[in-house]
Amino acid sequence: MSALPVPTPPDGLIAVVKQDCATCVLVSPVLAALVADGTITNVYVQDDPTFPLELAGSSVLHHDGDLGISFALEIETVPTLVRVVNGTATDRTVGWSHDSWSAYLGSSTRERFADLPEHRPGCGSMSVDVGMAEKLAVRFGRTPLRSRTVELASAEDEMEAMYARGWTDGFPVVPPTAERVLRMLAGTSRSAQEIVAVVPPNLDDCTVEKVAINAVMAGCLPEYLPVVLAAVEAACTQTFNAHGLLATTYFAGPVLVVNGPIARSIGMNSGVNVFGQGNRANSTIGRAVQLVIRNVGGGLPGGVDRATFGNPGKVSFCFAESEQAARAAGWSSLAEERGVPHGRSAVTLFAGEGPRAVVDQKSRTADSLVRSFAACLRSTGHPKLPMGFDAMVAISPEHLRTFAAEHWDRNRFRSELMALLQIPGTELIQGAGGISEGIPVALAGATISKFRPNGLLLTHCGGDAGMFSAIIGGWVSGSEGSEPITKEVTPWL
Amino acid sequence: MALTILDPTAEREPIVRQLTDRLATLDGATIGLLDISKPRGNVFLDQLEQRLQALGATTRRYKKPTYTKPAPVDLRHEIARDCTAVIEALAD
Repeated sequence: MSALPVPTPPDGLIAVVKQDCATCVLVSPVLAALVADGTITNVYVQDDPTFPLELAGSSVLHHDGDLGISFALEIETVPTLVRVVNGTATDRTVGWSHDSWSAYLGSSTRERFADLPEHRPGCGSMSVDVGMAEKLAVRFGRTPLRSRTVELASAEDEMEAMYARGWTDGFPVVPPTAERVLRMLAGTSRSAQEIVAVVPPNLDDCTVEKVAINAVMAGCLPEYLPVVLAAVEAACTQTFNAHGLLATTYFAGPVLVVNGPIARSIGMNSGVNVFGQGNRANSTIGRAVQLVIRNVGGGLPGGVDRATFGNPGKVSFCFAESEQAARAAGWSSLAEERGVPHGRSAVTLFAGEGPRAVVDQKSRTADSLVRSFAACLRSTGHPKLPMGFDAMVAISPEHLRTFAAEHWDRNRFRSELMALLQIPGTELIQGAGGISEGIPVALAGATISKFRPNGLLLTHCGGDAGMFSAIIGGWVSGSEGSEPITKEVTPWL
Repeated sequence: MALTILDPTAEREPIVRQLTDRLATLDGATIGLLDISKPRGNVFLDQLEQRLQALGATTRRYKKPTYTKPAPVDLRHEIARDCTAVIEALAD
């Protein structure tokens, strides 16, 4: 698909109008007068080629049916009068006013066109109608896009074609046309060709444009793009280690927690069915990150991805935290705890498996409830394996209420939890409980913490009803595996 | 009009579909011989079959219901399941 040349507007004073504009209709007698005295040399009409009727059949009147002249002159409003010198617009008048149009007429329009109002704004140019600006940019090759194009055969079903090329995660994807990708790029002020990350496993440079293409395919809206960009950048760091996370036989994949104003403004779910289906932002942001790893990084299940089981969250596992409710209960947000100031947006990536339940419907004291959390957390990975795995704990509204009633904040909750998870070595050593798995027998006399000091990530989310919380077990923690990472989201630089 | 889309990959692979790797040897291979139902396709395939068998290959014969349409999906799956390679006979 090759772009058309942008037409060169003729020199002189040009009027651009459309019939479906009350202001254009209003000024059509003035236009006719300016054409009659030779001031306006060309009139371009965007819709009805016989408008204005006063000029129908005149050689001055042209139909800008493909909006090429409107595009070339960057018309945003009609009527617009543009002075063109050597093919370049030098000055312009937008809409109608007696003062500005009198200057062209050389005498006062108030005298000859006394019934016209003092001024009247114009209407939107068809060249900037919703979706049209991108179409014209593509048609005339004025885009920042550099990706190669793939022209599908006329008999090819586009959805099937994308499956056949191996570009999907098993669900259909939205065809990434240039127009859609341009609209997606409007979600960020970053340059399309800026390198966002070097994506494993192939370690290929990934531009903002490539992220945008995959975000289109995932079903994202442009306003999600800043979150996707931040998440891709975070995932591809040595710290988070997306390469190892992809390659591992373990269950885990990237789990994304979004904090700050952007979560609300893009309509993310932090409440009912928070880990489930049904919210576009939750479902597509994580998916976009995974598609980048698949398509740009070449990370394919069965290829570098050697997961024994994987988990359904490897399609998309992304949610927001219920920050306002947490704040009301005296809890800061996950991002704030990890150094992001309140009021700023951020995404936290955690290498996690699927969520599992913490059921406790009887506890009415913080002390009892925290013991349930500790008991459930002990089985992360294996009850006899300490220090190897981190965990994310998602505390539900009904459970948070119990802690808040006794003024337990994050730090209190974590320290009580950690105290309960100091385990005698005798319970953990190989052979204990008749189970060969475990730590070396030499550590029988030690007391060992189930989690490393920063190994518990706490977040508040979930529906209002249900005395359940959730644990998302981690993968190999720290520098040997993956370190959780929080990246600030910058919608506009 | 055909749809034009942007390549979501790092563009390491050419867009044109790659040919499947050719067989290094016919020894022990099962070669499907697909008659597309054009006249005298069977004559061509008979000759091929003799030569392939002489070279040590096992052969299996298949036939499309009509040359005007793609092979039915079941037939394609059967060939893919049972053969290491396939030769499609286009004759007239």
